[in-house]
Amino acid sequence: MSTKTVIPDSHSLFQHPEQTLAADPLIRIRGVKKAFGSNQVLRGFDLDLYPNENVVIVGKSGSGKSVLIKCLVRLVEVDEGQVEVLGYTIPSLDQEELDQIRADVGFLFQGSALYDSMTVRENLQFPLRRHSQRMRGQDEDHLIQEALENVGLAHAIDLMPAELSGGMKRRIALARTLILQPKVILYDEPTSGLDPITANEIIQLILTIQRNFQTAALIITHDMDCARVISNRMVILQDGINYAEGTYTELSASKDPKVKAFFKEVQNR
Amino acid sequence: MATIPTGLKNYFDQTGEISLFAWRFMREAFRRPFEFREFLRQCYIIGYNSLFLVITTGFIMGLVLTLQIRPTMIEFGAVSYMPQLVGIAIVREIGPVVTALICAGKIGSSMGAELGSMKVTEQIDAMEVSGTNPFKYLVVTRIWACILMLPLLVIAADAIGLWGSFLVETTKGEVSVRLYFNRVFATLQFGDLIPATLKTFFFGLAIGVVGCYKGYHSKKGTEGVGRAANSAVVVASLLLFVIDFLAVLVADIFFEI
Repeated sequence: MSTKTVIPDSHSLFQHPEQTLAADPLIRIRGVKKAFGSNQVLRGFDLDLYPNENVVIVGKSGSGKSVLIKCLVRLVEVDEGQVEVLGYTIPSLDQEELDQIRADVGFLFQGSALYDSMTVRENLQFPLRRHSQRMRGQDEDHLIQEALENVGLAHAIDLMPAELSGGMKRRIALARTLILQPKVILYDEPTSGLDPITANEIIQLILTIQRNFQTAALIITHDMDCARVISNRMVILQDGINYAEGTYTELSASKDPKVKAFFKEVQNR
Repeated sequence: MATIPTGLKNYFDQTGEISLFAWRFMREAFRRPFEFREFLRQCYIIGYNSLFLVITTGFIMGLVLTLQIRPTMIEFGAVSYMPQLVGIAIVREIGPVVTALICAGKIGSSMGAELGSMKVTEQIDAMEVSGTNPFKYLVVTRIWACILMLPLLVIAADAIGLWGSFLVETTKGEVSVRLYFNRVFATLQFGDLIPATLKTFFFGLAIGVVGCYKGYHSKKGTEGVGRAANSAVVVASLLLFVIDFLAVLVADIFFEI
């Protein structure tokens, strides 16, 4: 039996952006299950992500948050269930189709995942050349410059990743994600390992990007400040399912014992 | 029912996995798209960056070999056969094996550590979501570069090794360059050169496959990266001796060495 707790609509502060009410979800997840050996991580997870919204998924360490977003770009294969991204059923795509979809889905990795052996310019060139092979050098330079300006690091173009601070790496990784102008961005712990000031800068940057580029975002985090500021809607991933869903205010005021316990644990950290 | 000891099971598991990894390389190696630019970069890293180490080792190998053997050859009144003996020893066996071991240490460990570090920092995943096949980009290019660069490095080490040996001979016995190398090449036949060169392609394949496999399947964070680099060297070195043994057996059948 499902234990999903949905916060009543009458108490909901969250409203989908008007244009999304009639729109199809960009991401639709139904009954996703994933196990690693005997460890059942996801036990039938459901979620929809609509255009222009920021959905934050929170949960304890090891609850399967990162596994879930990796399933969306097939870095991890689901055992069971339905994963649709931009209308395509991800598990059944061939490699060429999957690569095309991946161009429309940006992914910001937890540790930035910049290529160590390449300069910042080459890091940004890499996805660009894979997806737009016939682009002229001038156009390429223009796009790289623009992406770096968007994250405020145009001057770092010729630096190596080892010469960048943690916050700068995160910004460059975001620029690399943005350069293909994705429709959806998946963030895996965007503020982890950063000091509070830099974390706040990254949060503001994510909000600016969403405003300027009209992208939808699915954000995995255990940073509740980040979740509070950034989310239109929050989901608590517990026991492998979408246990509770609502705005930050709604969830933090929930009477559900597990939700209350989760918030208490987070506050005590 | 008798159970297989864990150590033995792990050994067979890993042998099977490395074989599958090598098979995947064979399947992908001739398929488009070819990552030519990355392949050239790897050739530079593996070939050019190892050259100094390889020729230094080769030179010392030639010097030491001649210094060690010479007194015995004098004792048997066979010192005039020194160039032939050293030539065959270096070209057939010592040059390829020592160079391959040096490369297993330098290249194998660097591949294990580099790919291992890329794996644990999710750079390989980032490459995959960028629409790149990381196996083709990272593994196929490195193994191809190893296969093609190792024979060239061995040829360089052999040549420098012979010059090292000549230096000792000319200092101790006043042999001219012309006489020394005439004697070396008069003894060497295709039966010496071809198997010795062919086996170096397999040495390159072994170093590349093991180094890449260990890095690509690295686990457990930074500790796993160190372990990947270390076991890449150990397994590749062991494999080199197995390949060498098999190559000598095959050469014995076809070339009657």
